[in-house]
Amino acid sequence: MLHDLSLDVRAGELIGLLGPSGSGKTTLLRIIAGLDAPDRGRILFGDDDATGLAVQERAVGFVFQHYALFKHMSVADNIAYGLNARRRADRPAKAEIKRRVGDLLDLIRLSGFGDRYPSQLSGGQRQRVALARALAVEPRVLLLDEPFGALDAQVRKDLRRWLREIHDRTGQTTIFVTHDQDEALELSDRVAVLDRGRLEQVGTPDEVQENPASATVMKFLGDSVEVEAIAEGGRVLVRGRETPVAAPAGTIGPVKLYVRPWQLQLAEPEAAHLSGTVRSSYRTQGRQRIEVVDAEGRVLAVEDFDGVRYAAGHPVGLRINGGHVFG
Amino acid sequence: MSEIFSPAFVPATKQGPVASEGAATRTILIGIAVAFLALFLVLPLFAVFIQAFSKGLGAFLDAFREPDAWSAIRLTLTVAAIAVPFNVVFGLAASWAIAKFEFRGKSLLITLIDLPFSVSPVVSGLIYVLLFGSQGLFGSWLINHGIQILFALPGIVLATVFVTFPFVARELIPLMQEQGTAEEEAALTLGASGLHAFRTVTLPNIRWGLLYSVLLCNARAMGEFGAVSVVSGHIRGLTNTIPLHVEILYNEYNFVAAFAVASLLAVLALITLVLKSVLEWRFAGELAGGRSH
Repeated sequence: MLHDLSLDVRAGELIGLLGPSGSGKTTLLRIIAGLDAPDRGRILFGDDDATGLAVQERAVGFVFQHYALFKHMSVADNIAYGLNARRRADRPAKAEIKRRVGDLLDLIRLSGFGDRYPSQLSGGQRQRVALARALAVEPRVLLLDEPFGALDAQVRKDLRRWLREIHDRTGQTTIFVTHDQDEALELSDRVAVLDRGRLEQVGTPDEVQENPASATVMKFLGDSVEVEAIAEGGRVLVRGRETPVAAPAGTIGPVKLYVRPWQLQLAEPEAAHLSGTVRSSYRTQGRQRIEVVDAEGRVLAVEDFDGVRYAAGHPVGLRINGGHVFG
Repeated sequence: MSEIFSPAFVPATKQGPVASEGAATRTILIGIAVAFLALFLVLPLFAVFIQAFSKGLGAFLDAFREPDAWSAIRLTLTVAAIAVPFNVVFGLAASWAIAKFEFRGKSLLITLIDLPFSVSPVVSGLIYVLLFGSQGLFGSWLINHGIQILFALPGIVLATVFVTFPFVARELIPLMQEQGTAEEEAALTLGASGLHAFRTVTLPNIRWGLLYSVLLCNARAMGEFGAVSVVSGHIRGLTNTIPLHVEILYNEYNFVAAFAVASLLAVLALITLVLKSVLEWRFAGELAGGRSH
């Protein structure tokens, strides 16, 4: 289910469609590929209208979450499939196809694997073959549907770095779909955040993180705490204390303030905006993460670098150093 | 929480899995099954060959020197050669449509495909008598145009097609549903035409399932008695298939010839069984439901 939306993808760009499941990101990708038809609207490739074109005529490369390699064909035959499927007049000579398959096998670092079958490869290797197969037809745009979704964490990380490298080397316009924020933020030139069929925001990873367009984007891009606040005189106040957060122009009265864990800091009660007791405190990837329960039983996560460890039950005050209010 | 893991809840292991039976029960059950198979399946099969050769090899071969026997064999092969390819095409089309598309009336179509399995073969034959017989729906029209369907090859083919048409579709529908459409979609995005994708992707993926179903379809097409009997008219040398020829010989107390010709069908059954087992053993993963031995 998609609502009206317009997304402009620039040539040579790597753009991530990010959204929770059911947000319509895969549908959008399939409509771009011509695998699904939109009820209305248009798909433009450059200045060419592709809306009426069949999937075969769109010259897209599509990579599926579960690889969709041809089981009964060798790796080399899989990669060569798109070239062999062409009409005789457009089909490159056998030697040329072989050369191109060899180049692509080098590119995906699977030289010497040409004679193997998909069943003899690991998940990561299969997805690399699927990518080579899509690149072989020199598509106008490369579309990847949750390309790393079926792989385990370590392989995912390696493969996404590798995909970025390939993109930088080939300059291939690429759209990929993911529900993983880290993946989208690490990999993309720009991120398009979708929710329930609506395009919430498009921007560079920095833009969407620093200036999320809506509470939905804010919440989807990472942990956040929702705090009752008051907008007054262009400032946002929490429990009568001023915060560094500016209120949107013209907003006065009660608002919701969204705060990231690293925008909260442990503080003396007299300087604090919030208070509670420590529930747990642990170290994660070089940061101290402290979970605080406030009087209403809400859990507030704080990320702090001072390394002080607090015993559970210790009363603490929290200071708000930043956050977002949406109009 | 902790109670769940307390020793009282650990299943007693020394008696083996709860679903397994004692040795005596197992022996009795297996014994019953084997005895039943021997009595009702293996013994009759032997009886066919014993009867066929009861008067020696010469008498056995005499049964095939009969021109009527040859015409029955020819007719059976002709019918199978028409009915099986027809059902392959139909089965492929139906299973493709059912497995890869969503449309209204899909479950009705699936039910209809199963119809021949639930209808008595005699009724299947009678349907065609009601449609094409001289008193039937299209009877007078056919007579006026000089078209002979009943008591001729077309009628026998129709009845055979009707009886055998679930075989291919029934095997391929679950197989294709299991395989989904991702590979076909991949082929299309790579520029393949629908036909090219079917030939290079779909067909290779279902080849063993297809062969499996063709074997069963063929065995049934050649061995069908009831439906064919109704529409054939039993004209010797003209509209008798092998099963009908066997019946005629048997009714004439020509037991050796009857069993000799019947042994052809028995051999066909054995060959089918062996090939089917080979397919199940070798390509279990590529048949519907991952059949295995």
